[in-house]
Amino acid sequence: MAALGQWIEDTPAHELRRRQESAEATFRQLGITFAVYGESDASERIIPFDIVPRIFLADEWRRLSEGLVQRVEAINAFLDDIYGARKILDAGVLPPDLIFGNAQFRPEIAGMRPPHGIWAHICGIDLVRTGPDDFFVLEDNARTPSGVSYMLENREAMLRLCPELFREFRVAAVDSYPDRLLETMKSVAPHGAMNPVCVVLTPGHYNSAYYEHSFLADSMGIELVEAADLVVDDDIVWMRTIGGMVRVDVIYRRIDDDYLDPLVFRPDSMLGVPGLIAAYAAGNVALLNAPGNGIADDKAIYSYMPEIVKFYSGGEAKLPNVETWRCREPQALKYVLDNLDKVVVKLVDGSGGYGMLVGPTASKQEIEDFRAALIAEPERYIAQPTLALSTVPTLADSGLAPRHVDFRPFVLTGSKGVQVVPGGLTRVALKPGSLVVNSSQGGGTKDSFVLMDGQGQRPPMAQSQTMGGMTQGQQQ
Amino acid sequence: MRLSIDHHTIYRFSVPQGRLTQMLRLTPEDTHDQTVASWHLHVDCDARLRPGRDGFGNKVTMLYVAGPIDSIEIAVSGEVLTNSADGVVHGAHEVLPPALFLRATPLTLATAAIADFTASAVSAGTDLVGRLHRLNLALNARFVADRDRPVTGRTAAQAFALDRATPRDMAHVFIAAARTLGVPARYVSGYSRFAFGGEHRPAPHGWAEAYVAGLGWVAFDPSAGRSADEAYVRVAVALDAAGAAAVAGSRLGEGDEEMDVDVTVAPASD
Repeated sequence: MAALGQWIEDTPAHELRRRQESAEATFRQLGITFAVYGESDASERIIPFDIVPRIFLADEWRRLSEGLVQRVEAINAFLDDIYGARKILDAGVLPPDLIFGNAQFRPEIAGMRPPHGIWAHICGIDLVRTGPDDFFVLEDNARTPSGVSYMLENREAMLRLCPELFREFRVAAVDSYPDRLLETMKSVAPHGAMNPVCVVLTPGHYNSAYYEHSFLADSMGIELVEAADLVVDDDIVWMRTIGGMVRVDVIYRRIDDDYLDPLVFRPDSMLGVPGLIAAYAAGNVALLNAPGNGIADDKAIYSYMPEIVKFYSGGEAKLPNVETWRCREPQALKYVLDNLDKVVVKLVDGSGGYGMLVGPTASKQEIEDFRAALIAEPERYIAQPTLALSTVPTLADSGLAPRHVDFRPFVLTGSKGVQVVPGGLTRVALKPGSLVVNSSQGGGTKDSFVLMDGQGQRPPMAQSQTMGGMTQGQQQ
Repeated sequence: MRLSIDHHTIYRFSVPQGRLTQMLRLTPEDTHDQTVASWHLHVDCDARLRPGRDGFGNKVTMLYVAGPIDSIEIAVSGEVLTNSADGVVHGAHEVLPPALFLRATPLTLATAAIADFTASAVSAGTDLVGRLHRLNLALNARFVADRDRPVTGRTAAQAFALDRATPRDMAHVFIAAARTLGVPARYVSGYSRFAFGGEHRPAPHGWAEAYVAGLGWVAFDPSAGRSADEAYVRVAVALDAAGAAAVAGSRLGEGDEEMDVDVTVAPASD
């Protein structure tokens, strides 16, 4: 850490700012933009980039990884169970109405099982830190988590703009992510597919994450397709190409369940492929992530994750949850209503920082609006304490200043096991004191360095070695 | 009773279509109350058919046709033996628990008007089955039978505001109403000897099932004001009629489509 401090001290603020602006200019040029919902001009913006990287020590990372692997294994086991035998309900771990009354439990795909029994192939687990060894899971994202393109582009920018940092630190590489993702996709191909054909399915260029869809397809060297490019015939998925129809085995779909297949979900969907679920049910195609996964990352289920992890892994959850009040429970509701100015209230089915009350910074009117909403439909809400989130140095107008961050590592699950990519997306609340890191609400991103073993101190320059492609920026 | 069923569905397109993809729920299964003696599905063009099941456990057939195609006729016919049942469903293929069928869908959302109607309809009932029978009779009395083809997309709330209702509309209102009582309820599509009156019916029949603890799923047909009996053949169940639809289809092509349905149900001659 001292090395980072030294670097910040050695590099003039105007130089840091120049590099930051250069990175942002590149992002704008590449089109790494997103649209903010609810803004009248609906203009595309880039997510602000912060030049000061966040650092994880090798030991910290090892502990985090173990917790992430355990959690994602449990998520997969839970999904396989809840759409199958439902042993967890027989065991009384969860109240059944929390599942059956939950719109995220999709009866349309009950009884269907994905190839190899893997449901959540790509998870983005949002973490916050409140102390040196205190990481908490804030949210599990097991549907179509986005942000991995920022992890990769941020690293590229850092390598280009701050090469000296990579001489100073032995940073684990993240650029193998597309290869690992493709490997994961191939590993879950239906049985019998010899050379599985994999594609990325996007809703199209109007989608706010379109850049990421095209970026990932491009980095993996596979086709980026829209619904109109795919046809299901005889329960088999085909892709139209200039060379004729090609059978598709694995689809990384970035379309929500609701729009996936108009014969099964929303009939008005123009983004989906008719017959896709039949092909999936017949075991002829793997969908990443599997349909129905929303029940695993639902905020109402979240509060039971420690019990869910324990039920499937047999051990205590290595990564704890943030304490959560389920407003559906009368006592919890009473506590929340009495402490609205202190807690964070979230819609069970909300995301992106929408439908959320941050008590300490909310106006009287906002608090009263939420009070009324909570009393009317308590089961739609959960609440959490406002955490003393860790801050990291961030370049602000006035120079370096502490800003709150969270962290989204990406966890891949294939038929050969679970792997955690050594890095992730650090999101930073750029407004002083703010705890909301969502890009739609004025958050930014920064690179996340995972240091390799034997580090933590500034290694003598002469001793730094190239580790067969695992370390970036060592070549001089 | 031995029932002979013929169900024809014809789609005609104003311009030829490039492709048709349909999911058919047109295959009844054996339960303790019905035995499928013979059943055939016939399509009048070159189609690929694939059997499967949907999430509710219903038997489905995927139908794939590569165009150009300007019309298609799907015909099912067969004979089903039914028992003189008591309205309780026995031995059906159940994959989802009753608790799931408490959730509302856009088509079965209860309104205050439906809830009020329900409360007063069942007030004199003592046990749950009795209350549900009262609800069933009250709905039957509330509507004039509409013998036209049901309007796709009409919600329970919209149906309740009208005087005339198809079996499908009445079943939707019954389902919404039962759920206001905390009773799991679901839509059943199938066939009945008496539905719609007349010999040629414009649609398959639809009714409701409500779950009564200790008894199981009990069938109520508000369009007939009675429970389902040996005159009925169950085909598919779901949260609402859309989920149990006989044909869910998608076509690739411009233009309009026209649908014709003809259903006959009669005692089989031995």
